[in-house]
Amino acid sequence: MATRPINLTTAVRPKWPDRIVVGILGACAGVAIFVTLGIVLSLVFETVKFFQKVPPGDFLFGLNWSPQTAIRADQVGSGGSFGVVPLINGTLLISAIAMVVATPLGLMSAVYLSEYSSKRARDWIKPGLEILAGIPTVVYGFFAALTLAPFIRMTGGQFGLEIASESALAAGVAMGIMIVPLISSLSDDVINTVPQSLRDASYGLGATQSETIRRVVLPAALPGIAGSLLLATSRAIGETMIVLMAAGMAAKLSLNPLDAVTTITVQIVALLTGDQEFDSAKTLSAFALGLFLFVITLFINVVALGIVRKYQERYD
Amino acid sequence: MIDLGRKAGFGLTARNRAERRFQWVGRFAIGISLSFLLVMVGDIMITASGTIKRTEIALAVDLGPDRIDPADPQSASYGGLVKASLRDMFPNVTKRAEKKRLYNLVSPEAVFEVARIVAEDPGLLGGKRQIWVSASDDLDLYLRGKIDTDQPQKRRRISDAEIEWIDALQDADRLRRVLNWKFLTGGDSREPEIAGILSALVGSALSLAVCLAISFPLGIGAAIYLEEFAPANRLSDLIEVNINNLAAVPSIVFGLLGLAIFLGVMGLPRSSPLVGGMVLALMTLPTIIIAARAALKSVPPSFKEAALALGASPVQAVFHHSVPVAMPGMLTGAIVGMAQALGETAPLLMIGMVAFIVDIPTSILEPATALPVQIFLWADSPERAFTEKTAAAIIVLLIFLVSMNLVAILLRRKLETRF
Amino acid sequence: MDDPIITARDVSIFYGDKQAIFDVDMDILPNKVTAFIGPSGCGKSTFLRAINRMNDLIPICRMDGELRIGGQDIYAPEVDVVALRVQVGMVFQKPNPFPKSIFENVAYGLRIHKLATSRSELEDRVEWSLKSAGLWDEVADRLDQSGNSLSGGQQQRLCIARAIAVEPKVILMDEPASALDPIATAVVEELIDNLRKKYTIIIVTHSMQQAARISQRTAFFHLGNLVEFGDTKTIFTNPADERTQNYITGRIG
Repeated sequence: MATRPINLTTAVRPKWPDRIVVGILGACAGVAIFVTLGIVLSLVFETVKFFQKVPPGDFLFGLNWSPQTAIRADQVGSGGSFGVVPLINGTLLISAIAMVVATPLGLMSAVYLSEYSSKRARDWIKPGLEILAGIPTVVYGFFAALTLAPFIRMTGGQFGLEIASESALAAGVAMGIMIVPLISSLSDDVINTVPQSLRDASYGLGATQSETIRRVVLPAALPGIAGSLLLATSRAIGETMIVLMAAGMAAKLSLNPLDAVTTITVQIVALLTGDQEFDSAKTLSAFALGLFLFVITLFINVVALGIVRKYQERYD
Repeated sequence: MIDLGRKAGFGLTARNRAERRFQWVGRFAIGISLSFLLVMVGDIMITASGTIKRTEIALAVDLGPDRIDPADPQSASYGGLVKASLRDMFPNVTKRAEKKRLYNLVSPEAVFEVARIVAEDPGLLGGKRQIWVSASDDLDLYLRGKIDTDQPQKRRRISDAEIEWIDALQDADRLRRVLNWKFLTGGDSREPEIAGILSALVGSALSLAVCLAISFPLGIGAAIYLEEFAPANRLSDLIEVNINNLAAVPSIVFGLLGLAIFLGVMGLPRSSPLVGGMVLALMTLPTIIIAARAALKSVPPSFKEAALALGASPVQAVFHHSVPVAMPGMLTGAIVGMAQALGETAPLLMIGMVAFIVDIPTSILEPATALPVQIFLWADSPERAFTEKTAAAIIVLLIFLVSMNLVAILLRRKLETRF
Repeated sequence: MDDPIITARDVSIFYGDKQAIFDVDMDILPNKVTAFIGPSGCGKSTFLRAINRMNDLIPICRMDGELRIGGQDIYAPEVDVVALRVQVGMVFQKPNPFPKSIFENVAYGLRIHKLATSRSELEDRVEWSLKSAGLWDEVADRLDQSGNSLSGGQQQRLCIARAIAVEPKVILMDEPASALDPIATAVVEELIDNLRKKYTIIIVTHSMQQAARISQRTAFFHLGNLVEFGDTKTIFTNPADERTQNYITGRIG
């Protein structure tokens, strides 16, 4: 029986179907780029149209936000003021309250979970915190508006304080609790990256567990924790439903957590869910706000991810 | 010389106390977070419990031939019939303002309910019949003790006269409470007593179907490409950076994208599950990609290598061997992604799913709403009865979310212990 | 002969169900360098870590028997493990300085145990520790630089300085030179020889030559058993047990 000679060049099956498949897969991956491009282009396009009606300086530095619509078409742009500063104020005030609430709760939860709690306790607590993370923000908003805000108002009244029914405090507290699982799980990862050898050195010198955590583990984890907190802040800044339902509508320059302030996200919704006039400054301003929000959160995220990556490289 | 005891110096007592305090702070932090969860869900459940049952009134409606033409029952004035039956029960009510209040004891929907009952069963025609119709939301609230009767009359939703009538109806056994199935089977309404979430549920289901149909293939495809085929070049890096950034973009920005491009440029129907699903798909894509990549990463390379060694092409090896093994993990990621999408509200507000939708949508091109949007709309209403509906809708939403996550967990556990 | 500073009686150590150390009896004499030698995996590091209760950090690790330091049972209820670890210090195989400055590394123990009452006292003690570790001349002008900026050998001497700063009675060393190059190793060995005048040192080493060079007493472990324990000279020139003989001549391990 003659054996077949070895032939390495004849293809067993054609190559082109494989190339097409890989091409399709690559296109799927490329969608991510298109989405980003789509976001940037659509926002920039509308923002440019907006800046043709309202000067960028007025927008970025204006202290007054009252986007009244013009009655007649030729009044467009002259009817309202579109200064974004009070919105930045409101957004930062509420986000700050949220971070003040969430940071100690989230960090201490992460510390306790990763350093102290037994496996049994962890098996119950971690899912519990994950449930907190999975609850839709509209639910937090409902609770904040319906129960939390009146409660805060009533408690304040007992102490003689005048608290608005849409106080930044109520929205900020609800938002803070919503962020706790995020900070907790990010910090947990960061704390676990700190090598055990550093802990061993500290225990070997006779430090207690809390001393080791406070003086060695947390300082070593600091860049990673800072990155996590930045990511959490960016989430707070971009949050919509909680503030939409629990915070106010009137733009105000105030640092008082008991006041009612409004945020960038609330205004975007307010501007676009009323009657929509085509191409009015009012409608376009929503896109300008959207671009502003996108750029700010993107910047924070890039910085945060950069810090976290450098931190992880240190311990690899 | 060596003292190992607790009094050895080194500030041990204070330090041990500090250690215990530190642990308590940790427990306290966890406790606050979990307590908030319990209080929030508990408060909502208590508020929602008011809608488990609804109240009905028994009316003696005259369906005789002088009121209704048996040949054309639908032409009768059912509004008049309902009002007449109320007047019959309380003949002393004569003044116009009082009569208006009397008619408000029943829900405005009662008129349609009678019409429907007659249409379904024409045998009822011919005389006076007892028909149970929906009571008004105020009557329902009063019956449950939710209206403060200590307040003076003009501050209340219910006047003293109405209270008298309701008490009389109750004494005559003309009031009953039934399970509120209308909540799950009916669409939205201006009247809270009969408002239901079915149209919102269908809208959400349609939107999620569109979302899944778009994001699952795209996400799996992208994950397979990035894990198995992508060359290590700058383009791949760019794609990865983009995916990670998209995962952190605020959800409202996706809504703006949908508004500008899907509605503006592409002219797709506003407020439709199609557009809603497309926007949700873009948001869910990073989640699915990340989960699918993790699933692919955990497939032991020996599977693929064995196939390659037998002469399979890389594409065959991946699709016949790696992907099926990774599929449970991918499905889990998809379910988790859908659960996240189910709870998203802001982007749907942007593309217009805020309208008052009564009819159940039948296609992905009709205007619809979604469950979280319905919750948002009802929450805005000041009426107490709508507050309870909102809470009930939230409970339904949470039940769906918990179920979906449980399915994901079970799926992962069942199919994980392979190797 | 002095009283032993550390005594072990019937010490057995378990990782869950697996037994790693079998019924060890041992007396460690003060101000001497005692070496633990044996093939890898024989339990010498495990036994070392039992002395300062570092095994407590491993939940499945359990000890039977009795370990006494200075006459006190280290697991007695009135014993505080912090006090134990101050007086029984440890240097690890891979140098592990904290990501802090050189000064703060050495000052760490002094700060947490409140052993210095003023800033100048703190600085004095840091200087003294670094001098005792033979590192002062090399780092005196850059005390605020990070501990990680030093070479491997310098980092290990920093860790030794850190351990000495709290003035322990005993220093445990777990293969302290195995991650270092020969020159740095020689420096560390000379340091150990100087230190034994003030401290009792127990060193785990996989190098017999190192044990022969720097220790006065040697314990040979094999498969979790203490096979032979005595003067270093005797162990290496005239071992009593055949297993010791085989290890020394390179037939096992």
